[in-house]
Amino acid sequence: MLNRVVITGMGVVAPNGVGLTPFLEAIQNGRSGISYHPLLASLEFSCQIAGTPVLSDALIARYFSEIELRNFNSSGILYGVIAAMDAWKDAGLTIATSDEPDWDSGTIFGSGTSGVDKFREAIYKIDALQTRRLGSNVVSQTMASGISAYIGGKLGLGNQVSSNSSACTTGTESILMAYERIKSGQAKRMLAGSTSDSGPYIWAGFDAMKVCTFKHNESPETGSRPMSASASGFVPGSGAGAFVLESLDSALARGARIYAEILGGNLNSGGQRGSGTMTAPNAMAVQRCIRKAIQNAGIKPSEIDLINGHLTATSKDALEIQNWAEALERSGEDFPYINSLKSMVGHCLSAAGSIECVAALLQMQHSFIAPNLNCEDLNPAITPLISTNKIPQKQIPHPIHILAKASFGFGDVNACIIFKKHIDN
Amino acid sequence: MDRSVLLSKLKVIVANYSHDKDALEYFNESTDFIKDLKINSANLVDVVLDVEEEFDIEIDNLSMERMVNVSAAMEIISDKLKEK
Repeated sequence: MLNRVVITGMGVVAPNGVGLTPFLEAIQNGRSGISYHPLLASLEFSCQIAGTPVLSDALIARYFSEIELRNFNSSGILYGVIAAMDAWKDAGLTIATSDEPDWDSGTIFGSGTSGVDKFREAIYKIDALQTRRLGSNVVSQTMASGISAYIGGKLGLGNQVSSNSSACTTGTESILMAYERIKSGQAKRMLAGSTSDSGPYIWAGFDAMKVCTFKHNESPETGSRPMSASASGFVPGSGAGAFVLESLDSALARGARIYAEILGGNLNSGGQRGSGTMTAPNAMAVQRCIRKAIQNAGIKPSEIDLINGHLTATSKDALEIQNWAEALERSGEDFPYINSLKSMVGHCLSAAGSIECVAALLQMQHSFIAPNLNCEDLNPAITPLISTNKIPQKQIPHPIHILAKASFGFGDVNACIIFKKHIDN
Repeated sequence: MDRSVLLSKLKVIVANYSHDKDALEYFNESTDFIKDLKINSANLVDVVLDVEEEFDIEIDNLSMERMVNVSAAMEIISDKLKEK
């Protein structure tokens, strides 16, 4: 028998809020987490603005021991561990202290790279013939699975402990992979989520591709403009989002608060065929991903109240809206509400899907639709497709029963999840 | 270098990696880094690097392998200091 799967805990480390309460307040009020970064300017980046979480040493010390912080230089692991431990606590779970791990709980926690600053530090030493002086923690901070390894140890997880990676789809994919594991009965609980390192060594490649905006260095908060006619590229961001996924039976048995049920979803790829390339989505695959997710969830497209889009603030935003409209066969006034968190936090890359899902589920929990910033001049290719009032620019109170979230990534990969509000019987 | 000075300098270094702070109270020449101080075996290389820095010496790979307790560490450090 297949298990129903629900979300019982969340944690977030976002550019505009660390922890669920500050983050909720930020997305309700449309507070931007984008700021000017002198380091990017000194390195002569075209885009000198970014969204990075602000963490004090005192907060970090609550999650990491002094030994762990010696020679620690991996922002992605830092964000991921904080979000993960917060989600665990938010779910009302405790950390096992016995010698035996928690066999029923695991994690699939993704990242794009791991510890790029640590890696850079190591490379300088290696090239200076100082390999013997690297110390013991280069591998654990730079291996792709660094984040899941840290989380697994912190929480004493005894089920699958692994990291997924699928570019900007990573976070959304992690939730679907964890969902499948619980659905099929191989785990009772999975900590899902994703993280992304901060800084120039992550963002430089995008800057060089000219996909980041260079027009808002003087006005950071207006830089991230999804769905705007004057969108001129994304603003890089970083952070982490985390979720405790659990079988409905397990959640009910321990009386856990349930944010939402995961009704289903889909993962696919456009194969870099047709209109798809390494960096551009194959529209046929995007639409298929959305349709298959809806089928898999057993709902009708008309039931969707809110779409949390990928919508990065490039010329591709109109194409994404068109894909949603065609896949759902809904347009104009019939189109669901849609928003993009990226207008507030930028594009958090491998962390985008998970941070955005936290935002989406907070909107579901508190029955509101978060505002889209910086799209007062809507893209004229979007307005013929859907009514402008479906793209709220101010927070509006609205019940959300069914929510669709999609993420798309380099490599022509797609993920779409359908969440349903859980009603206690 | 006086043995008690050496011992106290070594104690400061290993304290950073010990998972058993109580055991540090009984730190002496027969203390074992892993068994007594619960130092993660991977951190032994960090202890060696810190020792090298503190005493301005270089510890070869063979000596490094032996440096798992206080007495071996003191012997190795003393020898390297004499070689200087």
